[in-house]
Amino acid sequence: MIINHPLLGPRDAQEFVYLGDARLIHRPDGLAEGAAHAFHDYLYLRDNPAGEHRELWYHEQGDRSWLVVTRNTVTHEISRVELARDVARAEGRSK
Amino acid sequence: MRYSGLRVIAEALTGHKGWKPVWRDPAPQPSYDHVIVGGGGHGLATAYYLAKEFRQARIAVLEKGYLGGGNVGRNTTIIRSNYLLDGNQPFYEFSLKLWEGLEQDFNYNAMVSQRGIMNLIHTDAQRDAFTRRGNAMILNGADAQMLTRDQVRAIYPFLNFDDARFPIKGALAQRRGGTVRHDAVAWGYARGADQRGVDLIQNCEVTGFRIEGGRIKGVETTRGYIGAGKVGVAVAGSSSRVMAHAGMRLPIESHVLQAFVSEGLKPLIDGVMTFGAGHFYVSQSDKGGLVFGGDIDGYNSYAQRGNLPVIEDVAEGGMALMPMLGRARLLRAWGGIMDMSMDGSPIIDRTHIDGLYFNGGWCYGGFKATPASGWCFAHLLATDQPHKTATAYRFDRFLKGRMIDEKGQGATPNLH
Ligand SMILES: Cc1cc2nc3c(=O)[nH]c(=O)nc-3n(C[C@H](O)[C@H](O)[C@H](O)COP(=O)(O)OP(=O)(O)OC[C@H]3O[C@@H](n4cnc5c(N)ncnc54)[C@H](O)[C@@H]3O)c2cc1C
Repeated sequence: MIINHPLLGPRDAQEFVYLGDARLIHRPDGLAEGAAHAFHDYLYLRDNPAGEHRELWYHEQGDRSWLVVTRNTVTHEISRVELARDVARAEGRSK
Repeated sequence: MRYSGLRVIAEALTGHKGWKPVWRDPAPQPSYDHVIVGGGGHGLATAYYLAKEFRQARIAVLEKGYLGGGNVGRNTTIIRSNYLLDGNQPFYEFSLKLWEGLEQDFNYNAMVSQRGIMNLIHTDAQRDAFTRRGNAMILNGADAQMLTRDQVRAIYPFLNFDDARFPIKGALAQRRGGTVRHDAVAWGYARGADQRGVDLIQNCEVTGFRIEGGRIKGVETTRGYIGAGKVGVAVAGSSSRVMAHAGMRLPIESHVLQAFVSEGLKPLIDGVMTFGAGHFYVSQSDKGGLVFGGDIDGYNSYAQRGNLPVIEDVAEGGMALMPMLGRARLLRAWGGIMDMSMDGSPIIDRTHIDGLYFNGGWCYGGFKATPASGWCFAHLLATDQPHKTATAYRFDRFLKGRMIDEKGQGATPNLH
């Protein structure tokens, strides 16, 4: 698979480390009510869809950036690649 | 029809005209007491033991494709009980004991071959870890043996003993481990279940559950609605998709694992060998092909085919261990979809819906588990109690912090 890095252009997926579902960006608040259950769901439960999947890849053997890759789990086709930083900001995560 | 040597001779003399189809092809009944979703090894074994050991009736297995077309027909056929942790080892040893009597039990030649398995050791630390594992195995009633470098050399003189990175220093061996003809396991269980009145319904995909007041009523399928007292789901790589119909999210990701077979060679490897440090394992089939594999590809996939980097990685591991492998040609490669759980161990449990039960999370190691998984799932379906060797395989272990994490990797399914 080739991942079209937003800054570096097309790169072999082998340069990356895979983490999983991009919902992992949304770490729960550890001090909130019901945090233990929220962390259980966050850490262990997955949608695991057949079809389009937004997922986190880390460019370990490159520029060390985290990417959100939208990939089809049935065809392995990659339709979109974004910097995880931009996605997290757009979804209201970091400052 | 029972199989016997006499029968084979009689058929040989009469032109093999007396063999009948091994199971019926029934149309689905309006309802059953037990509906098993998934006609892989685990689903078929569950139905077989439900009928035979737990004396249940009105059982159906619903399979979306053909019997045995999933992982049970795609794996590299290794059986063993060399686990470390208490939650696992008694279960896998129960499974190995069932394998030892399986062919007599279901009167079918599954080619169970206890040719032995060895896990290679390359460092002192690894020897300590494997010694501990071997002790845990023995404490749980299994067999284990530490082999020295010279003992390994006597068996496989052609290995690369002095590799600069991973010199071979010995091995942990389990003599009772080995291989089994995978398709024959599916066929043997299917035949045995059919003979006891189980309806095996193929080309029947479950597309939804009918749930009323928190209780299962039946399943929607591509062949119409089928009512059910209890529903047991054993669909391996499709676990998340099927359980989503019941509104459940599982501690599972689906990943692809590849396997490879070389051209047929003369007898070379008489057991199973794992080179964990090099992400490679190998055995030799009775036809002579070297059957080998390595890691999963490492990203979520439902594709039943993998990518080239892992093929290269597996080939490199093989070359590092036994350089002569470079002379053999690769004949076939294929992939299967693994239900990788968050701690690398399986789940056999009821769900929050009355009458709906789940069996999955087998990762790349569920073939060896087939007999015990079927037995324990049948036990749960029939008695509503977990079998004593499967008490740890609960959904809530993740919430309660009781993970069964053999590798200590944490919630990273692609690393288990
Ligand atoms: C390449 C490879 C190598 C492996 N090597 C080993 C090994 O050496 N040793 C070992 O112990 N394990 C090994 N495994 C793992 C082992 O094969 C699996 O863990 C085990 O087979 C899974 O259980 P099963 O046989 O029931 O799965 P499957 O045979 O996959 O059965 C599941 C069935 O469910 C059906 N299904 C799915 N969705 C639906 C639906 N909606 N409705 C109806 N039916 C449905 C599927 O069609 C399928 O037939 C390997 C796996 C692979 C892919």
